Amino acid sequence: MAKANFETPQIKEYPVIPLIHEGVMAHSKPFTAKAEFQADLGFPGELPDNWQEIAINKMGELLGKYRSLQVYLDSCVKCGACTDKCHYFLGTTDPKNMPVARQDLLRKVYRRYFTFAGKYFPKLVGAVDLTKDVLDDWYSYYHQCSQCRRCSVYCPYGIDTAEISMAAREIMDAVSIGQKYCNEIIGKVFKIGNNLGLPKPALADTLEGLEEDVKEDTGVDVRYPLDEKGAEILLITPSADFFAEPHVDGLIGYGKVFHQAGVSWTLSSYASEAANFGMFIGSYENMRKVALRIREAALDLGVKRIIFGECGHAWRVAYSFLNTLAGPFDFLDPRYPVPQHICEFTYDLIQRGALTLDKSGNDHRRLTYHDSCNVARASRMGDKPGGQFEIPRAIIRACCNHFYDMPQDTVREATFCCGGGGGLLTDDLMEVRVKGALPRMEALKSVVEEHGVTHMAAICAICKSQFSKVMPYYGFSMDQIVSVHQLVSDAIVLGDKQ
Amino acid sequence: MSVITIVYTVLMYTATLILVGGLAYRINKYARTPAPLKIPTTPAPTTTSGVVMRMGREVVFFQSLFKSSKWTWLFGWIFHFSLLLELLRHLRYVLNPLPTWVVLIQPFGKYAAFGMIFGLAGLWARRVFVDRVRYISAPSDHLMLALLIAIALSGLTMTYVVHTDIISLKEFILGLIYFDWQPLPPDPALLIHLGLVAALMIVFPISKLLHAPGVFFSPTRNQVDNPRERRHLAPWAAQLETNERS
Repeated sequence: MAKANFETPQIKEYPVIPLIHEGVMAHSKPFTAKAEFQADLGFPGELPDNWQEIAINKMGELLGKYRSLQVYLDSCVKCGACTDKCHYFLGTTDPKNMPVARQDLLRKVYRRYFTFAGKYFPKLVGAVDLTKDVLDDWYSYYHQCSQCRRCSVYCPYGIDTAEISMAAREIMDAVSIGQKYCNEIIGKVFKIGNNLGLPKPALADTLEGLEEDVKEDTGVDVRYPLDEKGAEILLITPSADFFAEPHVDGLIGYGKVFHQAGVSWTLSSYASEAANFGMFIGSYENMRKVALRIREAALDLGVKRIIFGECGHAWRVAYSFLNTLAGPFDFLDPRYPVPQHICEFTYDLIQRGALTLDKSGNDHRRLTYHDSCNVARASRMGDKPGGQFEIPRAIIRACCNHFYDMPQDTVREATFCCGGGGGLLTDDLMEVRVKGALPRMEALKSVVEEHGVTHMAAICAICKSQFSKVMPYYGFSMDQIVSVHQLVSDAIVLGDKQ
Repeated sequence: MSVITIVYTVLMYTATLILVGGLAYRINKYARTPAPLKIPTTPAPTTTSGVVMRMGREVVFFQSLFKSSKWTWLFGWIFHFSLLLELLRHLRYVLNPLPTWVVLIQPFGKYAAFGMIFGLAGLWARRVFVDRVRYISAPSDHLMLALLIAIALSGLTMTYVVHTDIISLKEFILGLIYFDWQPLPPDPALLIHLGLVAALMIVFPISKLLHAPGVFFSPTRNQVDNPRERRHLAPWAAQLETNERS
């Protein structure tokens, strides 16, 4: 593997919109998936001779299946509103990372094959044939989109580049061009049950270790159960929570919250993954197959509720799609939404005064909060719009004395992606990940300087992994990113309510 | 009947047929294509009336564009609002007898063409001077602006420079509506104006002007945020499930 060879962008005194530099990121391409992994997902392993025909047919099929794709390919007026909104453009200055230009890579081909103007006046409307060069451009730039939907907030027609990049990836998969990282991970979920490929014995071992650690720390027997039939709650959490800092500290926190709530809960080894990379590659079928594992686990374990741990796109799939993909969930307790987010659960306990929280447990930290893109712009928590912003902040404020928001144009619905979402969290895309983190790093730096912030909390496994990796490039340390439930864990007073 | 009248009579019918037929085809396509997943850009309304309000703010005030770029919003909104005023003002050539409100807006509509030109010029300037917008502009994007400006200029010419016989013009238009064809005054400014408007009507359903119906079908804007409460299932996705069970 070629060693990363690029310069980390400079953090300026205040953010500026850069001038464009054509082609500076054209070399960025993730590794392609091997034929055997493509087969697991139902995709061909080698580029067929008639690949153009297959790709165009696939595009036609998707146009008939997704209203978003049809309407968005037609509706763009090139007003430029989105051009300065993508973190990858701001970090790389490559104009093809402007949302409209990224969409145009597909739109040009759509126009050529599916519209009157593109068929008869291609030059006039910028329509092009689907060639190998175009396909290469697709592979490069549709893997520089984290599907964070920031552009969709600002588009006057709500055009969502995530929809376009998902369609592009699905078309590429249909002609064998798959991305190694995403597609191998989906294969692992089908075979083992989670993205990291952790088998049941490894999970059991980890959870047992956690029980011992918590006992040692607090003197209390907090349980971290696996595959326990008859438990009330099934917890579905990203497999990173079993594996690495700061994720695992969040998992410890969930366990403590359940302990204090006095409810029985369990993890599942069969559905030991909240993430659903089927969304990243735009494949309804694969996304559904991953989601159905959760339904099967819930039925098998006989639980009454499903709660999701801290994860961004997983919460999007859970909140927005799970009922569609794997519903109806009429076998669960109808008094609770299906599914619930762990933050909703914890917030509810705080509201009811059921948790004793000692804020001084976090006095060694001064915090800010990173709204994860898929939670912020593609889901909700609680029963009011915007609950996805208020509930995590309310939890942090209940657990910490020092909380400061980053600048308003970088949080809530305007939040910047961490730079590693959408299936880009792989070392072969390190350059685009580091550069894409620039806007968030700028915002973080401003609260560090203004309020002496020491830590940034997040509720997404991808954000946490990404920040651990890229923060050192910008002069921060990797342990400055924390889980929200890590803060709960450090503030919660176990035992009887005082 | 003069050749000019025959040509313009045919042109106006053709343009109208293409506009109406083309838009009906497109809208039908949008309406029939399913949206298999709930993808509203959140925070999103949780009720249908909330969605109507959101769409209203989007269509009337260009809410998202306002969040995005104040200059583009300013130029874009002034242009669209002026265009609307102009369209309403032009109802005086179509309606007989005239409703009072059409009479009342005439003095305002008269100046709206300046608003159109101001807005369009601003939008064009962005296309030329902002490097990002220049990069994404195709020849058709420039042509569209030129077409609209030419329509406004030719209209202004008739209001302020060389008046046309608007009584005969109205008879021509009403003749088209009632299939009782009347001669068109052969004034150059009018012929240019009508010809350009016909061109705009013809390109409407095959160009980016489809953003007008498109916005109403945008799932990120028109969906209710209630996926946990109601199961949302597209017909083809339901079929997928049925096939599995059988």
